[in-house]
Formats: sequence, C-alpha cells, structure tokens
Amino acid sequence: MDFPKELKYSKDHEWVRIVGDTATVGITDYAQHALGDIVYVELPKVGADLSAGKGAAVVESVKSVSDVFAPLSGKVTEINPVVSDKPELINQSPYGAGWMFKIKAKDNSEAGRLMGPQEYEKFVSELKK
Amino acid sequence: MKTLIESSAGGREGVSPPASDTKAEIKIPKDMLRGQVRLPELGEVDVVRHYTALSSRNFGLDSGFYPLGSCTMKYNPKINEEVARLDGFKKIHPYQPLKHVQGALKVMHELGVFLCEIAGMDAFTLQPAAGAHGELTGIMIVRAYFKDRGEKRTRILVPDSSHGTNPASAAYCGYEVTVVNSDVNGNVDLDDLKSKMRQDVAALMLTNPNTLGLFDPNICSITEIVHEKGGLVYYDGANMNAIMGKARPGDMGYDIVHLNLHKTFSTPHGGGGPGSGPVGVKAELEPYLPVPRVIKESSAHGPRSSTRSLQSSVYGLDWDKHKSIGKVKAFYGNFSIMVRAYAYILSLGPEGLAQASEDAVLNANYLMKRLRGHYDLPYERTCMHEFVLSGRRQAHGQGVHTLDIAKRLLDYGVHAPTIYFPLIVEEAIMVEPTETENKVTLDEFAEIMIKIDEECRKNPVKVKSAPYNTPVKRLDNTLAAREPVLTWKQKRK
Amino acid sequence: MLEYLGVSGVNELYTDIPDGVLLNRPLKIPVELSEQELSRHMREVSSNNVTGRSFLGAGCYGHYVPAAVDAIISRSEFYTAYTPYQAEVSQGVLQALFEYQSMMCELTNQEVCNATMYDGSTALAEACVMAHNIIKRNEIMVSDTLHPDYRAVLKTYCESGGLKLTVVESKDGSSDNITPTDETAAVIVQSPNFFGCLEDTAKMKEKANIKGALMIGCVVEATSLGLINPPAADITVCDGQAFGNPTSFGGPSFGVLATNMKYVRNLPGRLVGETVDTDGNRGYVLTLQAREQHIRREKATSNICTSESLCGIAAAVHLALVGPKGLRLMAEGSHRNAVYLAGRLCELKGFSLVHKRPFYNEFLLKCPNGTYDRILDKGITPGFLAEERYHNLKDCILFCTTEMHRKSDLDAMVEAAR
Repeated sequence: MDFPKELKYSKDHEWVRIVGDTATVGITDYAQHALGDIVYVELPKVGADLSAGKGAAVVESVKSVSDVFAPLSGKVTEINPVVSDKPELINQSPYGAGWMFKIKAKDNSEAGRLMGPQEYEKFVSELKK
Repeated sequence: MKTLIESSAGGREGVSPPASDTKAEIKIPKDMLRGQVRLPELGEVDVVRHYTALSSRNFGLDSGFYPLGSCTMKYNPKINEEVARLDGFKKIHPYQPLKHVQGALKVMHELGVFLCEIAGMDAFTLQPAAGAHGELTGIMIVRAYFKDRGEKRTRILVPDSSHGTNPASAAYCGYEVTVVNSDVNGNVDLDDLKSKMRQDVAALMLTNPNTLGLFDPNICSITEIVHEKGGLVYYDGANMNAIMGKARPGDMGYDIVHLNLHKTFSTPHGGGGPGSGPVGVKAELEPYLPVPRVIKESSAHGPRSSTRSLQSSVYGLDWDKHKSIGKVKAFYGNFSIMVRAYAYILSLGPEGLAQASEDAVLNANYLMKRLRGHYDLPYERTCMHEFVLSGRRQAHGQGVHTLDIAKRLLDYGVHAPTIYFPLIVEEAIMVEPTETENKVTLDEFAEIMIKIDEECRKNPVKVKSAPYNTPVKRLDNTLAAREPVLTWKQKRK
Repeated sequence: MLEYLGVSGVNELYTDIPDGVLLNRPLKIPVELSEQELSRHMREVSSNNVTGRSFLGAGCYGHYVPAAVDAIISRSEFYTAYTPYQAEVSQGVLQALFEYQSMMCELTNQEVCNATMYDGSTALAEACVMAHNIIKRNEIMVSDTLHPDYRAVLKTYCESGGLKLTVVESKDGSSDNITPTDETAAVIVQSPNFFGCLEDTAKMKEKANIKGALMIGCVVEATSLGLINPPAADITVCDGQAFGNPTSFGGPSFGVLATNMKYVRNLPGRLVGETVDTDGNRGYVLTLQAREQHIRREKATSNICTSESLCGIAAAVHLALVGPKGLRLMAEGSHRNAVYLAGRLCELKGFSLVHKRPFYNEFLLKCPNGTYDRILDKGITPGFLAEERYHNLKDCILFCTTEMHRKSDLDAMVEAAR
C-alpha cells in the first residue's frame, strides 16, 4: 500500500496535492483496492462549486458505488479528460494518471484538517483490524 | 451458443395467427403505422431447440441441491403447476362480474385467512408482487399510520445484518435509516436499540430468525422497546420457513409482516420471478391496506363493489376504504402464484407445515455441525433453517476467497450457497438446505465442501480458477460493467 | 440425525424461542389433502369461475399464446431456478433475458431495457422516480386517459416518494391539453390510452423537452407495437402481459422499462450484459449491479429484487415463435376486429362512439341503458363498464377485441347487444 509523502489525506480516503492555490484530488491506494475493479467515474463539472465534506464525484466498481467527497472547498478548474474513458487508471495509478479533478481552493486553512501520510497510514491500519 | 437473432433466417415462420375474417379495413392514419419490427425469423422447431439448449445451460432446483441462504429453495410441487394452469384460473379477467369469478375470490380470501393464522396477524393484502414490493407497501402503511395520527417520525431502524431491500424501501418513503448493531451472539444489541429507539423513530424492520439464521430470544423485549416509544415493528418474512406452526410473528409483537410466497410457500422462483409478497397487519393498521380488499358475504358497500348483483355471491371486492394507501400494483396481485401457495398450504395442513419447518431446522443444524470443523463458524449457536459460515480461514491462509469456493462448488454439480451476505460476516457463506432434501444429499454436499477445503490447502490455484465443468468458465464481470453491451444490437468496441 | 446432533427431539432446536411465543397448538387451517383430493378441490373451485367469450381489455388482454410457450417455460431448468447470481450455471436464464431485453428495445425503439419490472403500473412509478432523479424536479403530469389503476398506483407511489402528481382532465379522449411547467420532471402519455385512442406522443414529447422535462410513453396493450409506431419518449414503459402470458385474473404480468443509453445508470432493476469467460467464449452476467439494493442499500435506484423473469421470457418466446410477420398479423387482426365490431354496433339504435379518434383494439361506446346486462344474460362477457371508474361516463362500455375473436364471435356480440 502506497502513502506518498507530499500528499494530504481525508478520512474518506481522498488524497490532495496542493500546489499554490490549486488542489488536485483523487482517491487513495487503499480506496481503489477496497473498491476492486473500477468500471465508471462520474466527475464534477468544470466551474462547479464544491464544499468540503460534500459529495463531488462518484466512483463505481463491480461490487459497489462510492461517493468521492471534496476534501476542500472551491471551484472545479479542471477534470481528468482520460479517466472517464479509462476508469481502470484509478486502479493502476491512483496518485498519478488516475487523478480526478482540480480545485481552486477557497480557504487554505481547511488543509489543516486533513491528515499527513503517517497519520493516514495509521488510520488505515486501525480500520483493517 | 447463438442468440435468436443470429439463428434467424429470413422468411422462416413459426406459429402464424390467422388473419381477421371480417374484411375490415385498417383505420389508422398511415403516418402512425410502423414498418416491420426487427425480430428473429424462426420456425417453431428452431425456437424450441434454442430454448431447450438454453435450458441445458441452466441449473434449476430440479437439477440439484440449491442451498441458497435466505432464498428457501424448496421443491416446487408439480401438482401446484398443474392446478394453476386450469382454464378456470388461467383464462379469467380481473374485471369480470364478481359473480363470475367466485372461485378466484375464494382462493384469495381463503389464502388470506390461512396466512393470518400462520403469521398471527389480523388482515392480509395479496397485492404486492414480491417481497421487496411487500416491504415498500409495509413502510407506506407505517407512513400512513403516523400521518393519520399527526405524529412526525422521520427515522427507521434496521439491523446491521439486514437485507438491502430494507433500507432501500425505507429510504424511498423518505425515512432516514439508522443501523442498530448486533451483539457478539448475533442478536440485536438491546442497549444500542434502547439508545436509538426514540420518539422520532417510526419503525424497526427486523426478521426473526435473522439473516444469520439465528432466532433472537429477546424478541419480545425488542418489540416492547419499540412499542414503548410508540413505534411499529416490521417483520421481513424471508425467514418464515424456520417457524411455521412453531411460532408466529404476530405473537412476538410484530405489527406488520410480509411473506414471500416464492420462498416459504413453495411457489417456483422462475429465474427471478414471478413471486408474491403478501403483507399482513394487526387490526390497528387494517384501514391502511391497499384496495380492493377481498371480502366474504356481502357486507360490501360502495359503487364499485356492488357491481353486478352481489346478492347471489359469497365473495366480493371492497374499494370503500378511505384510509387505504391506495394501490401498489394494477389489479389484485400475482393471482396464479396465490393459487400455487393456496394449493401448497392445503396439501400440507397444520401438521405438514410444522413438520416442514422442523425438518428445515433439523437439516440446517445437521449440515452446520458437519461443516464446522472445516470452515469458520462465526456464531456458535443452534441455528434455525439456515446458517452462516465464514471463508475467512481459507482467505487468510491460502488466499482462496468465498467467491472461488462458490465457483468450485459448481464443478461438483451443486449450486453454491449465498455468498457475501450478510455483510457483517467476513467472506460469508449462507447455507439453507430446506426441508425437501434428504440426508444423503446433505452428506454429499458436506463431503464436497470438505473436499474443497482440502483443495484450498493442497491446490489453491485450482480453486481460484474454478469453474471448469460448467457451460462457461469464470465470467468477466469487470468487462461487462466497463463496456456494457445490453442488447444484441450493441456491439463491443 | 437427531442422535448426531445430540438432541432427543427436534423441539430442542427451538429453545431460543421464548415460552410465551412458542405455539403449543396446531395451526387452525384445514387438515392436509392428498394430491388426489387437492386436485379435485382445485378443479371444483376453478369451475366456479366463468370462462368463455369475453370482450374485456382495459389493461389485461386475451391473446392467443402458442402451445410452445408453455412447453418451454415449463422446463424446470428455467422455472425452478433462482435469480442468476452464479452466472456460470445460469447461462440459460441470462441469455433468455438478454434476448428479451433486445426484443423489447426493438419493439419500443429504445437503446436499453431492463430485465423486467413487476408490471406496467409499477414500472411507470419507477420511471417517475427515474425522471425525478435525472431532472431533479418534483412534478409528474398525467391525463385521466391513463388507466385508472395505473393512476392509483402513481398516486400511492408519489405520495410516499414526495412527488407531486398532477392529473389533467382529458378532452375528447386525448391528453393533448397537458401543459408542462418549469416544475415538471416528466409528462406521461399512455398510447393507445385507456379508451383505446391513439395519442400524439411526438407533439407532447416536444412540449415536455422544451420545458426541460422528460416524456414517458406508456404502452399497456403491448401488441399495439406490432402495428403502430412506438411512443416518442425519453423513457418507455409497457405492460407485457399481452405477449406470452394468460390473463390470469390480472397477475402475474411484467413491466418493460426502456430508455436511452445515457440514462442506463438510473435504470432500476436487473440488467443482463454480454461478456466473455476466461477462455474468451461469450457469456452473460447480471451487470451494473452496484446500483441495486443489495449493494447500494438506502442509496439504491430502487428496492426491487425479484421481478418477473419467467413472464418476460414467456413473452420473448412468444415473439420468437410468431416473428415479425406473425406479430403484424396479431396486431392487425386485433385492430380489424375492433373496426368491424365498432362499425356493426354503431349501426344499432342508441349506440355511438364516444371518441372520434383512431383506435387500436379498444373503443368506448355509448349504449342504451341496460346493454351490459343484456349481453351478460346471453352468456357473453361484455367490455368494461366505464362508470365503475369514470363516474361521468354513464352507460358507456369499453369493448376490446383481439385476434382470437372470429367474425362469428363479433356477430354474436352484435346480436346480444341488439
């Protein structure tokens, strides 16, 4: 299981890469593993206003459908053009080619509520028990 | 194997209806008429061979042991098929004058009376077409009841072991679903229930025996806790096969019940229906049942029910129930399924029904004991008509999952049990043998399960790639969902 | 087995049941009957039902079902099977349902169809829920030309589901006067409607779509699709009983729910999809199940689990047996018989067509007082007496013909009505 050091993580298994005021969002390795083969992704629309903690996208696998929550509030500036046609990218490369959408963050202090890689790794190991 | 359209050959005809012998013209504007529909063109022999070949690629209950937990795959008596096909049942129309369908109304009325006695309830509707449909009907009744009393209740409680239809039905009616935990014995955690049962809870939906196959001995306390705060208790009747003639949900404190005729009452599953999900209620909730109600001896009122001289009839239909939730289906329900269930109850009688349940429970306990050394048994208790094993040991030990075990079972000529349900058991395997299996079949199944456990240890790869002896090998579910091809017209990219 | 379990009697397995609950008396139901006695009893009961010439339609239709249909669906590999969860041993049912889905799409001119709903009325209710989920509005508009039972079911479902049902009083036997608003999620038009009249669904679809609402076309007499263009609709709902299934006192039937591929993830119920196995051979599975109740639970598209598979398969078998030409003959026969009967009845004094619109196989006639009883007394079941559900339609009878009626039956009806 992978926990890249430069990312921040939410309790709902989203990861965020913050560069300036742009945040890139995806789901973690733990999440893609738990979901199994991903078959379909519903991304938010560019320009949509997201609120932290509210549903932003939907990820569907053979055995379940999961909501992806916005880890931060802000406007969607970009969505991954490839992942809708190739949802398997999320399984293959959850932190790289399987990124889902980018937000222009409204409130940088919200990032403080997210977990760092070690904290998230610990969180995940508690879940497995 | 080819599909019908792939076998189609232009110009072939099967069964041709005769043309109208009236010489009347077609009186529909040309722009409303359609061209030929693109359907297969086949002779009767082609069609019969096609479906016969399909049937040979299908495993039914008549093919072999089918221990699907929660589905009660008991034998479907052939006499029930025969009587359901009598012209007098098959060829009648729901809108015929009531005096001309007294036989049909008698079947419906008597079945309702039998179900009241079996379930310990005061009134039944036969209108819902399936268990889940009955659940929805039941929750609509709950909603109507509280609305009538002017009480605002927004939540419904379901146990963590509940079938998915329970929360789905509740959510449809606008209720928030709160999950109640099970304790380590597989019973409802009473403390958790007490803390969650508040004035804003409309109902608790609970099956007993539960989806773990365990009878909750605290059931009377449970229903009391709910009633104390003015809530109702709903019985999911999927597991009724354990207790016919032994106990009745109405005596446990349940207010509403649905039964599955295609489970407990032997009507066939049809590959996914038709079924029937009658709903029974205590007297207090009777006003809310769907209309029309089947009644005996003309105490009927209202213009519709008095149609066509009821004086000479014994049975009628009563539409005049102004508190009714209305209708949940057109007409009166799945009548030919009711005929089969009615015939079944008449064939078994009071002793037969009780014995059926007893044998179901005996068979399940026997099988459970035979298998417990080889598969993890999460709950060390007497089970009812079904029991849940866990494939956890094989999964952690050899990386062989319950799914693989299920597929390997198919190679041995039995149908796999229910897998991955209930959700609270890891790698769940739910086994329900039913009463219509004999000891030889049970022993054969046990031996197969034991053999597969051995295979998991000695040759796990073989189990992980099963099945081998089936009409097709393991199918790719991911491809099916990623690139859905849902008709023969669609082509895969 | 009791010995193996270490108990002396089966009642020891019931010790979890509290004493107050354990039933200590036999159930008060009749003593069991032998198969022979049961057969006799059932025959007796069924003989108390009248079969014979009937002109009833009104949502349940007596078409001819070829003998091979029952022969096929009586194969126990089909009818004793459960829902095909273990696909590798259920290819029979799965392929049969895939073929059913395909044929229904051809009939309705839609891209995807699920593997049956309970019936037309509940399929219609679920279509409204779909429309609400897609369009995110609350109002459903419908005319009183929609079958009264269907309207009642919609009323019940809308009431619990928080949807607003607006019923518009029809004019001249059509729902043309429905005017969608900005609150409308969907407009429903049944065609042929309850009175047998054909409706202009294309015009209504345009009206609905312009307002951002969906058009739901509802076909209750499925054989009409053999002669008449399917409704112009975003979602098409049918009741399928007319194919392959006897009238059976109104049940079981099955519902068709078909739509555009873009709404496939909003479709409730089961869907059969094509795939391959590990050897690369074609096979079929239940797919897109993640939306269903057993996975999604309270967020599911619907709570539906068991549906009406065998009834849908019966319809598919029927269609396969008659083929496109036979289907056309069925539909034409049903229609021509209606045209003949309407024409001859209207020659009688006091009989007239209520609506002046083209019809398929049903028509509403205003008749002299007492006509219904007069026909009944002659041993023929007349059509549906409209005032049972439409209080202002006094002395009106809805007659229905199918291809099973011969000229002699129709003439006998005219004589009985005279």
